[in-house]
Amino acid sequence: MTGPAVAPVVAGSTTATTDLLTINNLEVIYDDVILVLRGLSLAVPAGQIVALLGSNGAGKSTTLKAVSGLLPTEHGEVTDGSIIFDGEDVTRLDAASRVKRGLSLCMEGRHVFEHLTIYENLVAGAYFRGRADTAADLDMVFDLLPKLADMRARIAGYLSGGEQQMLAIGRALMARPKLLMLDEPSLGLAPLLVQDIFAFIKRINAQMGLTVLVIEQNARRALEIADRGYIMEQGRVVLEGVADELRDNPDVKEFYLGLGESGGRKSFREVKHYKRRKRWL
Amino acid sequence: MSNFISLVVYGLADGAILALSALGFVLIYKSTRVINFAQGEFLLVGAYMFYTSFVLLRLPLILATVFGVLVATALGLVVERFVLRPLIGESALSVIMVTIGLSSVLKAVIQLFFGTSVREQPPILPTSRVSVLGATVPLNRLLVIVIAAGVLAAFTRFFTRSRHGVAMRAVADDQQAALTMGISVPRVFAMAWALAAVSALIAGVLLADLSAVEQNIANFGLIVFPVVILGGLDSVPGTIVGGLTIGLLKQFVSGYADPGLAEVVPYLVLVAILLVRPYGVFGETRIERV
Repeated sequence: MTGPAVAPVVAGSTTATTDLLTINNLEVIYDDVILVLRGLSLAVPAGQIVALLGSNGAGKSTTLKAVSGLLPTEHGEVTDGSIIFDGEDVTRLDAASRVKRGLSLCMEGRHVFEHLTIYENLVAGAYFRGRADTAADLDMVFDLLPKLADMRARIAGYLSGGEQQMLAIGRALMARPKLLMLDEPSLGLAPLLVQDIFAFIKRINAQMGLTVLVIEQNARRALEIADRGYIMEQGRVVLEGVADELRDNPDVKEFYLGLGESGGRKSFREVKHYKRRKRWL
Repeated sequence: MSNFISLVVYGLADGAILALSALGFVLIYKSTRVINFAQGEFLLVGAYMFYTSFVLLRLPLILATVFGVLVATALGLVVERFVLRPLIGESALSVIMVTIGLSSVLKAVIQLFFGTSVREQPPILPTSRVSVLGATVPLNRLLVIVIAAGVLAAFTRFFTRSRHGVAMRAVADDQQAALTMGISVPRVFAMAWALAAVSALIAGVLLADLSAVEQNIANFGLIVFPVVILGGLDSVPGTIVGGLTIGLLKQFVSGYADPGLAEVVPYLVLVAILLVRPYGVFGETRIERV
């Protein structure tokens, strides 16, 4: 992959082929001792859906927290590398300034404001945009998610998991992001709802041209809607490529999609082999 | 009967002022999880600042009020920025100790500039008496009820309608999620302290108008604890219910039983509530989905 030549930053001069987000050799340490990201690099091209996959503890969530500036709330810090968003180095900016520049994160576990109504949750999502724009943004979100419009006076804490996830995404959209980051949108949801959520992500990507970076445990689903995929292992990217190719990659098939080469049950010898291969990966 | 009516009016007036002082306390606790033991001193500072502008500087009533609100806002902001913000992440106990220290400092500063004697302030609200349902009650108590109700309604509206109010409640609910919305948590903390100081100023001025500009105003802040424990530490409507309940209870006990007992009753309620419902009658329920 050849990156674009380093061009002088001119506001609004982004073309279709540029990367909206670039992470270079990012290193993140928690509590001054725990090295979680060890030289992570990835790029999210504008207008695409990029899936970030990997097993538990690989550093996926940490990556998104680093990009959205939430690390200080968890005693984490970026010790090396840089995060370039829309041609600007945002590595040292605080969370609020990043949201203003168009970086929105939908946190793992939904994190809706439980005691607020749906309407108030959405208003909070548009906090920094001022009074005038909020009405138009509300119309847009209610247009995309008509179900929320019907329930706008309901207290968010009493919604079902699927409804809360939709609300969380809708709330993130209220900030009119350029890049929407989703941390495990399918967490704890029934398979049918997972399908809905992913169909919705695909729809906003296609309709609004919104760039999406999504973390998923459900690798198969994520690779179905994604244009590109990155696979993380122990704080760095070990595999990357076009989503379709990744889906056909034998290692990915075996480790992340749960499909054996031969099918059927694995023998003990194969398991040892599997572990060795995975370690190498 | 007429005795009953006048006790109700006196009780509601006390309760309205209590609700205003408790509102400031709840605002701070809800947004920042700080238990502010200096709430009574905020009332004291508010009353003396109004006294300074109204009596010493001879400003007209409106200007004096504006001056008072500005000083109270500044006080809230300074306290948050230089006293509480450096303590973010410290244990709850250290923070409580600091607010207790703050209360002594504020009281001492007021004594330094104004002494401990009672200050004369011409009444702001009319002191004439009117007849209500056969009982003659002072007009100023009725007006206090009306003013406090108006202020509380304005605050309630602020929390449900304005985006800053919604943002404050959002921060109270989930700080990390609020950060991802671009809500600046420190700014919300500052806003909570400023609003608490302003509501304390209004309570302090009303209280001073009913009694006098003196050091005892700070002691009134102590009854805030039974009020917020009754209403729930994080419930804005709870402050109104708690304030009015305690206000009425005190007046009834003092009218029908013994004025000395009336001083103790709020704390008996405090103990009883802590035994039965430790999170208050109106405290926000923890929503748990199963």
